[in-house]
Amino acid sequence: MIRLQNIEKVYRTDTIETLALNSISLDIAKGEFLSIMGPSGCGKSTLLNIMGLLDTPSKGDIKISDQKTDHLSDKQLAQFRNQKLGFIFQSYHLINDLQVLDNVELPLLYRNTTAKERKMLATEALEKVGLSNRIKHFPTQLSGGQRQRVAIARAIVGRPEIILADEPTGNLDSAMGNEIMEILINLNRNEGTTIVMVTHDENMAHKTHRLVRLFDGSQVQ
Amino acid sequence: MLKNYFKIAIAVLRRRKFFTFISLFGISFTLTILLVLTAFIDKVVGDTYPDRKRDRSLYVTHLQESGKNAMNSSTLSYYFLSHFVASLKTPVKLGISSGYEGTNTYVNNKKLAVNYKYTNADYWDIMEYDFTEGKAFSKQQIDNADKVAVISEDMKRDYFGDIPSVVGKYIEADNVKYRVIGVVKNVPITSYNLYSDIYLPYTVSKTNFKSDHGYLGGFTAVLLAKSKADVPGMRDEYAAMMRRVPFQSKEYDKMYSRAEPYLQSYVNTGNESMSGVTIVLITIGIFVLLVTVLPTLNLVNINITRIMERSSEIGVRKAFGASSGTLVYQFLVENIILTLLGGLIGVVLSFIAIQVINSFHLIPNLVLSINFTVLGIGLLVCFFFGLLSGVYPAWRMSKLNVVTALKAQ
Repeated sequence: MIRLQNIEKVYRTDTIETLALNSISLDIAKGEFLSIMGPSGCGKSTLLNIMGLLDTPSKGDIKISDQKTDHLSDKQLAQFRNQKLGFIFQSYHLINDLQVLDNVELPLLYRNTTAKERKMLATEALEKVGLSNRIKHFPTQLSGGQRQRVAIARAIVGRPEIILADEPTGNLDSAMGNEIMEILINLNRNEGTTIVMVTHDENMAHKTHRLVRLFDGSQVQ
Repeated sequence: MLKNYFKIAIAVLRRRKFFTFISLFGISFTLTILLVLTAFIDKVVGDTYPDRKRDRSLYVTHLQESGKNAMNSSTLSYYFLSHFVASLKTPVKLGISSGYEGTNTYVNNKKLAVNYKYTNADYWDIMEYDFTEGKAFSKQQIDNADKVAVISEDMKRDYFGDIPSVVGKYIEADNVKYRVIGVVKNVPITSYNLYSDIYLPYTVSKTNFKSDHGYLGGFTAVLLAKSKADVPGMRDEYAAMMRRVPFQSKEYDKMYSRAEPYLQSYVNTGNESMSGVTIVLITIGIFVLLVTVLPTLNLVNINITRIMERSSEIGVRKAFGASSGTLVYQFLVENIILTLLGGLIGVVLSFIAIQVINSFHLIPNLVLSINFTVLGIGLLVCFFFGLLSGVYPAWRMSKLNVVTALKAQ
């Protein structure tokens, strides 16, 4: 599903060159639930961003669904992300000015869908995360766990093949974290969605199919 | 999608009320100035009362004599107009009138400032003043130097009070009593060559125009051609005549005077080295530039701040499939919503400003109104503002790297 070959990411300033990722090669199968662990600053999020085509590697190749992505234009990349990928962020990144339903509809805005379809799909996604009774609320009126569930609904509303989650339980207490994890596991199990999750939490990581560890930009496990 | 953009635009406006106020104030205030200005220009340029035959008229308002060490420029003398200009063959009528002069008169011991001007008979044939009662003075009355007057509606009300008819009554101006023979609808003071409170036969003037053979004086003229097609010929004939006019003094070796269309004559400064049209266009241009560019720059600045505050949203939208182009479109739509909102407020403010100008008679007899042209210009200006002040910030933020944008929260 996702194939990374010799991925390198170098951050350059006038005086310093920092190697954030060093020759990472990774194959992630369709339907796999993979977690990435490692200490802060080891390059986990950078790797996830590169997989999500939010960032570009300095070297190396990425293939997603057997498609090379390095030649895609801004518009094609946007479309690719919209169709294939869903994102969940540690700090939710909901748009506070929009109601829950509008937040969840967001990925569908960039597709040819009618307002009616959007509403139907977003309500369905919210039902899956158990928040269909909060559609008129604004994000600021929700708890952290509820916000993350809205973020999951937004990630799955477009039925992407891959979900990339950057520390989805990082801001939550363990009970809420477990709840979120359950949703992700069910999603992977029932819908066959490929999930890549960055986490600091060993317990969460052990619930996934495979664990990849990074240290100073290199893969150590 | 537009509904979504609209929702977020309104939410953003409500979130930062001070920024919103500054933006809306800038837009609406600028628009008000532009709308009042255009209403004013529209009135001055577009209102053809009482010279409804403008399309077949040419106006003579200045004469300039110049030499190495001297230059003299002014309106013209009655002698010049009746001697030289009257000799032209193309004009079918030659309307001559003086500029308005001010004097005081007294009604029930109360001082009343009045303006009066002198005209010939052709003036009344060319101009189509609307008479509410009576009529203009005839050539016979002018030749007889009858002390008769045509007055404006305002003059009638101010001098005689609210009575139905004043024809036959006497009005005193400059210590002379004139018999009122007609009342005309007001002319705004902006039509300064046609405006007056009292119109008198030029022959009743205390100055003897016929004995003064200088070229410069206090008169202007309107030349009426038989048809629109004759106007260029009339202009050329005037120019040819000017080449034949002899110099009156050795001090001068050049003489300029032109028969011009209304607008050119309206802004004629009498200075041949700098056309009035150029001066007016430059002045209006600078003014419009200042009142539009400064608020636009301000809006650009505010928009950058506003948009950069939303970098997390930009990151999310990009992550979920918005291309840079889509984001530019979104922010432009939001900005156009803001400017159109400012535009609506501006239109309301303009109505109020124009009502104030009209009801307080800030400019005598000038009744401004917002018409559809002006409204259309206003809305176009708003749209232009929306684009102009939104394009740069929208473009700048659309180039934002997704990861950087997401980290900004």
